[in-house]
Amino acid sequence: MYNAKYIIPGILFFLALALVPVVYNMGHQFEVKPELPKDQKECVLPTNEMRDKHMQLLNEWRNEAVRDGSRIFVNAKGQKYVKSLTNTCMSCHPDKAKFCDRCHETVGVAPYCWDCHNLTPNQKSPIPPVASAATGGH
Amino acid sequence: MKNSRREFLKLAAVSAMGIGAARLGFLGDAPAHAAGLPTVGNYEEGLKAKHWGMAVYSAKFTPERIAACRKACHDEHNVPDIAGPKEIKWFWGASYEESFPTEHGHYLSEEVEHRQFPLLCNQCETPMCVKVCPTQATFQRPDGIVMMDFHRCIGCRYCMAGCPFGARSFNFQDPRPFIKDFNPHFPTRMRGVVEKCNFCAERLAVGKLPKCVEAAEGALVFGDLSDEQSDIRKVLREHFAIRRKPDAGTSPSVYYIL
Ligand code: SF4
Ligand code: SF4
Repeated sequence: MYNAKYIIPGILFFLALALVPVVYNMGHQFEVKPELPKDQKECVLPTNEMRDKHMQLLNEWRNEAVRDGSRIFVNAKGQKYVKSLTNTCMSCHPDKAKFCDRCHETVGVAPYCWDCHNLTPNQKSPIPPVASAATGGH
Repeated sequence: MKNSRREFLKLAAVSAMGIGAARLGFLGDAPAHAAGLPTVGNYEEGLKAKHWGMAVYSAKFTPERIAACRKACHDEHNVPDIAGPKEIKWFWGASYEESFPTEHGHYLSEEVEHRQFPLLCNQCETPMCVKVCPTQATFQRPDGIVMMDFHRCIGCRYCMAGCPFGARSFNFQDPRPFIKDFNPHFPTRMRGVVEKCNFCAERLAVGKLPKCVEAAEGALVFGDLSDEQSDIRKVLREHFAIRRKPDAGTSPSVYYIL
């Protein structure tokens, strides 16, 4: 290869650089302990499903509620819930900072749901979004 | 080096949490609202129709009544109170000439000519706003309601240009600081989306009539235009009513009884 003596070390250096974060974090477990509701034992779906898929569920809920007017969710056990982020999810998990943010901040995602949706059905006044990563930077 | 970077990140995370907590600190519980949370049972009793429409007894509308309906609607939907050209309106009042610019005779009854008319989105049968929306954020439900899916609105404002009635408002800025009487059960909007009256789709879903209809004390009649037996059809059979700008061809579902 023409100029191999520059290119190959260059590629290796690039790979090493790209892999630094992976190697650095290897073997480290991150543990997040969101605060769970004290008076509720069950969520609308099993915990591990909620952990993996709550974003898909919320996306489905919003499309079904807003676009199809279908506002009742029935889970595998036949229990019925209202499809609502603020009124259903956030009435069991009323403290965003102790539940949602703990994971979102650890994994570095900043969903902008709360730019519009209220924090809990008991919220007293609208929270003006702050321009920071925590609110999606709006 | 490694350690100090970790310490720094930890500190950053903790202070971010602290800021988060500080922002929430002033929130308390407002049990009055909590008691009013709609239940699954409420949603099972939602109101249904083939074609929702509204009849307006315009003679019963004083500027005070228009203001009362406007306040009821705007409080219910967290519509910010912004004065001037950035105003956001779901329900408002206007003169005869503004309301019916194509019906302007020279020798009108003075009483009608000087009346204030309540205006809102006409929930048109063939809505121009839906036709021009490039993302289908504005769409028409099978029951005739022209709805907005705020999640999809990209703020292009084609709908504002398309609507012949000026029924839409654009959020030039974050609306939250301008909301006075806050309803925690309805979302707010964010900067850069368009909004308008939604015929209270969220109230119909729990079996309630639109908020302005409730506040109008009989001056607004709401119901199913496709049902001959409905109150609204009875009212429209018995009174002469006109619609706004018929030549725009959008066929409004809001009828004004002069
Ligand atoms: S009044 Fe305007 S915004 Fe409302 S449905 Fe008709 S065209 Fe659309
Ligand atoms: S129908 Fe509902 S959203 Fe529309 S003007 Fe009346 S109160 Fe407001």
